Amino acid sequence: MSVLVLAEVDNGVLSPATARIVNAASQLGPVDLFVPGPRAAAEAAASLAGVAKVMVSANSLLADSLVATLSELAVLYPYMVASASSVGKDVMPRLAAKLDIQPITDIVAIEGKNRFVRPIYAGNALETLVDDQPRHVLTFRASAFAPAASGNTAPVEVLENTVQSAAQLIATHRTESDIPDLATAQIVVGGGVSVGSAEGFQLIEKLGKTLRAAIGATRAAVDADYAPNDWQVGQTGKIIAPDLYIAIGISGALQHLAGIQGVRKIIAINSDPEAPIVRIADVALIGDLFEIVPQLTAELERLGIKR
Amino acid sequence: MKILVAVKRVVDHNVRIRVRPDGSGVETQGVRMSMNPFCKHAVEAAVQLAEAGQADEIVVVSIGPKPANDVILTALAMGAHRGILIETDQALETLASAKLLARVVDEEKPDLVLLGKQAVDDDSNHVGQMLAALTDRPQATFASGITLEEGALKVTREVDYGRETLALPLPAIVTADLRLNIPRNAALPMVMKARSKPLAVRPAAEFGVDLTPRLKVEKISPPPERVAGSRVGSVSELAAIIAADIDAMEAI
Repeated sequence: MSVLVLAEVDNGVLSPATARIVNAASQLGPVDLFVPGPRAAAEAAASLAGVAKVMVSANSLLADSLVATLSELAVLYPYMVASASSVGKDVMPRLAAKLDIQPITDIVAIEGKNRFVRPIYAGNALETLVDDQPRHVLTFRASAFAPAASGNTAPVEVLENTVQSAAQLIATHRTESDIPDLATAQIVVGGGVSVGSAEGFQLIEKLGKTLRAAIGATRAAVDADYAPNDWQVGQTGKIIAPDLYIAIGISGALQHLAGIQGVRKIIAINSDPEAPIVRIADVALIGDLFEIVPQLTAELERLGIKR
Repeated sequence: MKILVAVKRVVDHNVRIRVRPDGSGVETQGVRMSMNPFCKHAVEAAVQLAEAGQADEIVVVSIGPKPANDVILTALAMGAHRGILIETDQALETLASAKLLARVVDEEKPDLVLLGKQAVDDDSNHVGQMLAALTDRPQATFASGITLEEGALKVTREVDYGRETLALPLPAIVTADLRLNIPRNAALPMVMKARSKPLAVRPAAEFGVDLTPRLKVEKISPPPERVAGSRVGSVSELAAIIAADIDAMEAI
């Protein structure tokens, strides 16, 4: 019983989510990892504990071509697994339908070889499913699982890429930054629409930089163009589960709370003591974010926070 | 060009849902239902293409019990031309829904199928991708922009690293994200007019698709509840707490 895992590759680099997906998948059996990307990403993948074999191919990340490759590999595996990322969400349901399998996606807990838990209704309920199909197509939320250790030296096999996509990638818009990956960060600083402007978000970013945190934003803040879309946290954005989330000027709309349910500790900075986020925060400071955030950044710098 | 839009009736997204204490599911009796928000963006995108003279017919389809007619009427009031309800009282898995829609695609032969990227009840985010597999069409999911120039479809997608734009040959499948457009609220005359547009109600059994669930729902449970912690009164107290947390993290 082994598991075929689709590795996450972004911009030619193995994403930190892959280590977490491998660790989760290895609960189901030995993991063979398919890396759609360059050889260097495959070498990084081969070091993950639990990986029996790496297969690498210069495959495009478009759904129809990835599914064509995966469905050929899939015949050997009872489990096909990916991260519940924008690639995994795009590809795995298509793969499942092609193989006539009902997939289970966004899994946050593995309770056995065929029993899985996933959130529904924006995380306001949890569904426990038993999957008695002979083969399984699954996606896991990377943030819900710890990363696999490294130090392994699994063999790397190069596959020839012969698959063409009907769709064609004609442009990419990447937010360039050295900010840590939001989906797997240990600390996240998030801003809401009360931050008021893109300039206001620089206060959030400065605090984030001091803490070496990833930056998140609410849907309203992204819609208002204060923050790029890849910072959006919530039911329709990224799901995060850091040890610490500092929510600044965020009221706590249901769809945002859906994205932060796995956070270990929430600190809220908000002018409204009745805001929903304040009612669920572990620590809250009530006041004007434009006064508090610069002071807090200065104070943390004075304390010499080093990570 | 002909567009097929699939829409789903769900618990209204403003309703705070209640998990039944016996673990059998989420209470849907006596709860306000409406069109899934993502589906509204799909309908709006179709209507805008028609208004721009790039589509001549919009067919809207839903799967569900008889009251799901309401969401079809909403789409007809927004500007779709005719509706199909695939009637079933059974809660369907996404694969079964996709298979039913694939039959409709076979019958209607649309150039473009638009769907919401996910339904806010089960949050699956499956059906568009599955339909693309079953009809062997290219897909562009999570669309925040759609343009059609001389029969060439360009779709901007929201992805984890930012945005990307795909060119797709028709026929194709596109799923809508929230930044695609701002769905209109149909004016009263349009709502009245919608009632006179054709709406075919067809039992799901008629399509010859095996609707038997593949998965067993063992239970539905509420998530662990969070309660308010402490309030601090000053920035220095807060800074001390954050510093201590980070020290503890490094100790792990």
